[in-house]
Amino acid sequence: MNIASFAPLAVVLPILGAALTFLLIRHSRAQRAVSIGLLSLTLALECLLLASAWNGGTAAVTIGGWIPPFGIVMVVDQFSSLMLVVSSAVSLAVLVYATGQGMADGDHDAPVSIFHPTYLILVAGVSNAFLSGDLFNLYVGFEILLTASYVLMTLGGTGPRIRAGVTYVVVSVVSSVLFLIAIAMVYGATGTVNMADLAIKLGELDQGTKTLLHVMLLVAFGIKAAVFPLSFWLPDSYPTAPAPVTAVFAGLLTKVGVYAMVRTETLLFPGDTLNTPLMVVALLTMLVGILGALAQSDIKRLLSFTLVSHIGYMVFGLAMSSAVGLAAAVFYVAHHITIQTSLFLVTGLIERRGGSSSVDRLGGLAKLSPMLALLFFIPGMNLAGIPPFSGFLGKVGLLQAGVELGTPLAYALVIGGVVTSLLTLLAIARVWNRAFWRKPEDAEHPDPVLLATPAARVSGPGAKVNNTVTLLPRTMVGSTAGLVVLGVALTVFAGPLFALSDRAARDMLDRTPYIQAVLGEGVAVPGTTAAGGGR
Amino acid sequence: MSVNLTLLIVMGALYACGIYLILERSLTRVLLGLMLLANATNLLILATGGYAGLAPLFSKDTPARDYNDPLPQALILTSIVISFAVTAFMLGIIYRTWVLARQDDIQDDAEDLRVAVTPSFDAEDDAEVPAETSEFPLTMLGSDGKDVSDRGASGRDTDRVATLVAGGREMPAEHAAAEEKPGSLNVDHSPEGGGK
Repeated sequence: MNIASFAPLAVVLPILGAALTFLLIRHSRAQRAVSIGLLSLTLALECLLLASAWNGGTAAVTIGGWIPPFGIVMVVDQFSSLMLVVSSAVSLAVLVYATGQGMADGDHDAPVSIFHPTYLILVAGVSNAFLSGDLFNLYVGFEILLTASYVLMTLGGTGPRIRAGVTYVVVSVVSSVLFLIAIAMVYGATGTVNMADLAIKLGELDQGTKTLLHVMLLVAFGIKAAVFPLSFWLPDSYPTAPAPVTAVFAGLLTKVGVYAMVRTETLLFPGDTLNTPLMVVALLTMLVGILGALAQSDIKRLLSFTLVSHIGYMVFGLAMSSAVGLAAAVFYVAHHITIQTSLFLVTGLIERRGGSSSVDRLGGLAKLSPMLALLFFIPGMNLAGIPPFSGFLGKVGLLQAGVELGTPLAYALVIGGVVTSLLTLLAIARVWNRAFWRKPEDAEHPDPVLLATPAARVSGPGAKVNNTVTLLPRTMVGSTAGLVVLGVALTVFAGPLFALSDRAARDMLDRTPYIQAVLGEGVAVPGTTAAGGGR
Repeated sequence: MSVNLTLLIVMGALYACGIYLILERSLTRVLLGLMLLANATNLLILATGGYAGLAPLFSKDTPARDYNDPLPQALILTSIVISFAVTAFMLGIIYRTWVLARQDDIQDDAEDLRVAVTPSFDAEDDAEVPAETSEFPLTMLGSDGKDVSDRGASGRDTDRVATLVAGGREMPAEHAAAEEKPGSLNVDHSPEGGGK
C-alpha cells in the first residue's frame, strides 16, 4: 500500500486535534500537548508524503470510493507535498511560539483557550487547499482556513482588532463569492469541477469563454494572494493581530492564494494568453509594495508591505511560464514562507523586549539583546536577497528566467526585481539602524523600558514589566531560532531543493503526470508539448 | 442547456442590490449586501444545473436525462452552510463594534492616517532659511569668551523665535523640524480622517 493513500490524514489529524483541544478547553496543559503532538505527527506524515512524491511521482487518492471525475480527489505531487511540509513546519514553530507566549503571560482565560482549536482548523484548511484535486474542494479548503483566520484575527475582541477584522472579513468574503461565481461558470461551461478533468475539457472551449473563466479565477485568487491592485486590505489588517497570528497569516495564507494561481496557470489554462498582464501586475506589485514599506515606521506594517512586494516575485516566476521561471517561483514560495514568518516572530519578540514595534520608539536593542539582533539580522538579510542566502538564490533563478525570455517586458521585470531587492535592503537596514544600532536616547519617542538602566530597572519604570512577565521566554526565542535555522537550512540545502522545484515545475508544465494520476493511465492529454514546456 | 429567465432576472437584481449595499459605510448594510451576493451566487449555481427535472432519486424506469443535475444542489448546500457561518460571525463583530465604539461604521486605520499626513516637507532642505536640526547646536563665542550666538545685532538677548515658511504657513523652526521627523506627534488627526 502506497504511503500517498494516507494523504487525507494531513487534513484529518489537525481537525481531530481541533475537536480534542476543544474538549480540553479547561485544561491548557493537555491542550498544548495534544496540539503540538498532533501537529508534529502531521509534519512527520507530510515528510513521508514528500519522500514518496520525490521517488514515485504524482499520486491521487479518491475519497469515498467514487470514481475520479465524480468524487473528491486529493493529489500529492512534488509541489503540493513541498508546500505541505514547509507550511506544517512553519505552523508548528508558530504554535510553540504561541504556547510560549501564553505560558509567559499566564493567560488562562477563554479567548486564548479558543486559540488552539482554531489554529488547528486553520492548518487543516491550508492542507486541504494544497491537497485538493477538485475546484470546489479547493473552495472549501479556502473557506475553512478563512473562517478560522477571522476568529484568530479578532482574538480578544479589542477595538483595533475588530476594526481590522471587519475589513479583512468583508474583503475575504467578496473574494470567496468571486471564486464561487467562477466555479459556477466553470461548471456551467464544462459540467465538471475536477481539476484533471477540467484540464482536458477547458481546452475544448472557445477562446472568449476560456479567457473569461481564466480572469475570474485569477482575480479571486489574486485578492487572496494580495497581488498589487488587490492588495490594499493586507497591510491594514495583518499588523493588528497578535504576533504569532500575524506570523502564520503572513507565511501561509497569501501563499495558498499563490499556490492556487500556479495551479490555474499551469494545469487549467496552460499557454501564455494572460502572461503579459501577469508580468505587468508582478512588476507593479513588487514596486508599489516596497515603496509602501519605505514609508512605514511600524515594523509590522513595514513587513506587511514587503510581504505584498515579494508576492510580486512569485507572480514574476509564474508569468514566465517556462520551467526555469516556475521552478524559481516554487523555490521562492518555500523560502518566503519561512523567512517572512520568522521576521514576524522576531518582531513579536522586539515588541516584548522593547515595548513597541515602532522604530520611532526603539533603539539600542543590539546591545540590550544580541541574540534578538542576530535573529532579526539573518532573516532580514535573507529577505533582502544578500548572497549567499536562499533569497538571493531564488531571485537569481527568477532573473535567469527573465533574461531567458528576453522580451522588453521581461527585462523590465528583471530590472524591477533588482530594484525591489535593493529597496528591501534599504527598508530592512533602516529598521536595523534605528531599532538595533542607535542609542535608546536617540529615539524620537523612546520607550521607557529601553531607557531604564540595569540598576534603575529594579525600581524604575521597567521594573513592573520585568517582575510580572519574562521579557524573552525561552520557548519563544527557541521556536524563532528554530525557524531561522530552517531558513538557513534552505540555503545550505538549496541544491536538492532547487532540483525538487525543478522537477515539480516540469511535471506541472507537462500536466500528464497529474492528469493520468487522477483519471488513469489511458487518458490522452491534449497539447502536451505545446503547453509551454518547450520554452 | 436551457435557462430559466425568471431565475436570471432575480439573480441580476440580487447582485445589483448586493453590490450597492457593500459599498456603503454602515456595517449592517455591508452584511446585508454580502448575504444578497451569496444568495445571488447560489441562484447562479442552480442555473448551471440546466433545466428543472425529476428529483435525482434513482429508479430503474427513468432515463438518465430526465433527472435534475444533483451536483449544483450539493454545491449550493455547502455554500449556504459557509455563508451562514460567516453571517453569524459578522453579526458578532458588528455587535462588538457597537459595544466598543457605539457606531455601526467602518473606521479608518489610525496608523494609515498618520503615515498619510506625515508632511513630505523637510525643514533642513526645503525651507528658505535652513533650519538647524543637528543635535550639536552651533555656538559662537564672542571676544569676551561668552556665547553670542543667541544675541541680536545690538548685543542684547532677543526673545524672538526663528520662524520659517513651511507648506504655505509660518511656523517656528523647531516645530517644523519636529514635524518633519517620521512618527511626529505634532501631527494630529481626527478619527473621521482627513487630518488637520
